[in-house]
Amino acid sequence: GFGARLNKFFAQFRTVDEDFFDDLEELLIESDVGYETAEQLTTALRDEAKLQKAKSRDDLKKVIVEKLVELYDQNGDAANEKLRSHDDGKTNIYLFVGVNGAGKTTTIGKLAKRFKDEGKSVLLAAADTFRAGAVEQLVEWGKRVDVPVVTGKEQADPASVVFDATTKAIAEHADYLLVDTAGRLQNKKNLMSELEKIERTIKKQAPDEPTETLLVLDGSTGQNALLQAKDFDKTTKLTGLVLTKLDGSSKGGVVLAIRNEMKLPVKLVGLGEKASDLADFDAADYAVGLFHDLV
Amino acid sequence: MAFENLSERIQKALRNLTGKGKISEEDINTASREIRLALLEADVNFKVVKDFIKKIKKEALGKEVQESLNPGQQVIKIVNDELTKMMGESAATLNKSKHIPTIIMMVGLQGTGKTTTVGKLAKRLIDKDKARPLLIAGDIYRPAAIDQLEQIGEQLNVPVYSEHDEKNVAKIVENGLKQADDNKNDYVIIDTAGRLEIDEPLMEELEQVKKVAQPDNILLVVDAMTGQAATDVAKGFDSRLDITGVILTKLDGDTRGGAALSIRAVTGKPIIYTGQGEKLSDLEQFHPDRMASRILGMGDMLTLIEKA
Ligand SMILES: Nc1nc2c(ncn2[C@@H]2O[C@H](COP(=O)(O)OP(=O)(O)OP(=O)(O)O)[C@@H](O)[C@H]2O)c(=O)[nH]1
Ligand SMILES: Nc1nc2c(ncn2[C@@H]2O[C@H](COP(=O)(O)OP(=O)(O)OP(=O)(O)O)[C@@H](O)[C@H]2O)c(=O)[nH]1
Ligand SMILES: [Mg+2]
Ligand SMILES: [Mg+2]
Repeated sequence: GFGARLNKFFAQFRTVDEDFFDDLEELLIESDVGYETAEQLTTALRDEAKLQKAKSRDDLKKVIVEKLVELYDQNGDAANEKLRSHDDGKTNIYLFVGVNGAGKTTTIGKLAKRFKDEGKSVLLAAADTFRAGAVEQLVEWGKRVDVPVVTGKEQADPASVVFDATTKAIAEHADYLLVDTAGRLQNKKNLMSELEKIERTIKKQAPDEPTETLLVLDGSTGQNALLQAKDFDKTTKLTGLVLTKLDGSSKGGVVLAIRNEMKLPVKLVGLGEKASDLADFDAADYAVGLFHDLV
Repeated sequence: MAFENLSERIQKALRNLTGKGKISEEDINTASREIRLALLEADVNFKVVKDFIKKIKKEALGKEVQESLNPGQQVIKIVNDELTKMMGESAATLNKSKHIPTIIMMVGLQGTGKTTTVGKLAKRLIDKDKARPLLIAGDIYRPAAIDQLEQIGEQLNVPVYSEHDEKNVAKIVENGLKQADDNKNDYVIIDTAGRLEIDEPLMEELEQVKKVAQPDNILLVVDAMTGQAATDVAKGFDSRLDITGVILTKLDGDTRGGAALSIRAVTGKPIIYTGQGEKLSDLEQFHPDRMASRILGMGDMLTLIEKA
């Protein structure tokens, strides 16, 4: 992981010299931060280290973590960091979008469990009518976490499933409706406009929804994630990201680049395949997690 | 992030070089910064990029610039040739067993496209070889994974062996293989659950499956959008299972797909097929030259240089 690599890297340097920062830049690149962001971060960290006269390894660790969190915070809008919901008795609709296999369906299962455990009423919409076994997968999650699922006929228009689910959620005063959509690559025009249609369908019955439109990103994705964020945002205005599979060897560094360019917050992280493997994103935790052997 | 074409960048960087003659060390150093950037933007692993640049420097230094090219183009030609060479010289194929069935096992991280690719491969074998494959549902963990494979089998009219209550995957595979023997299936394709290469119990499970199935092909399915971790992942699966080849999926997207180079570099195993969509017909033979120019972000410029 990132922490181990960084530790090894710190061990190599007794004094803070230029090589140190070159290597720090490499390390950031290896976490998928991207070249530009790595360069920017390294410059910021170099300046900060100078400013704070950090000379020892321990000084540097602290400066780096602090600066990383600061950079993350300053790039966002503090009011929009957590999952949003309203308590006015109207249904909160969450729309999940993303490329194929990112973890949308699984995240919905996990989040349904969280809401359910909080005593909320939850409904799921199986609007992936395309992929083999997709409806069955969500239905199985519904069973696991004891939440009803609205399904349509095989190969049905996904918007029609969303229409039915929205109607039902509103009629039953459900607290949450979580809408699963089929995976789609952001360069597929037809599939992206299908998503637009789904959003329109929701708005027809609930003009202020979706409360959240979340792009689910696989944590091991490289620089393409930036294009994903931009194109999905163009189609259905995003309110945040879900970063999945952080239990693997990747640390999802590309969200720092996305944050840098688009101010989009990460709201949830996926840490495994079980219903309980979901956590709120926390910038400090994230930075400390990256460097956890050091602080 | 609009990527500037590598050839444009190199040409720009070497703009002041008007003379032809030989490529100097300075030229190479200037160009290599651009090459490095382009490869990193394409998600080629950092260490792989380093080694690659070293190779290019050695290859290019002191080389005569061809009559029809300028120095920038000459460097690009060297980069492209070297990259194509690294991607694998000729089209690789599946290993075929002397006795039926030929056994193929899919492995990889979660969500990369294994189950879909099982279906695609079956379709390809049927279309090209009139094969009679059996699919084995070896993913007992993911919700509805068996349903997914069964639906794919139905679409192709191909039998799927599954057991809904057995918790030992090796056992399921063993039983599936018996059925294949009884029914004289000529190919068996085994789907397995997605797993992290650092997940000890699940990696052991794959070793057990390998032991009972003795597959002729162990194919690592990799998402073309994978970033820097591609090397760790590939190394992890290869060191445990000695994979025989790679399938790169989701190349119908707009990713540059640098993971392809990373995987080649650390495993030396061939990329055999690419996934080009969600339909079962969207599987193609891998083309090293196309992949090289995709990673470099170059199109027309290359054909121009290749003719030189
Ligand atoms: N290790 C790990 N696996 C995950 C995580 N989230 C999802 N997965 C796995 O990733 C795979 C794909 O997840 P899905 O939820 O089906 O992804 P999806 O985005 O709905 O996929 P499509 O609908 O096919 O586009 C499954 O095997 C999940 O179990 C996570 O946080 N960690
Ligand atoms: N666009 C595109 N999508 C693909 C391709 N191959 C697979 N997919 C999609 O990627 C998603 C995941 O595919 P699966 O076959 O379920 O992946 P898997 O590796 O079996 O997933 P797990 O069993 O959860 O590990 C699905 O939405 C597939 O339709 C491809 O080449 N192009
Ligand atoms: Mg799904
Ligand atoms: Mg699968």
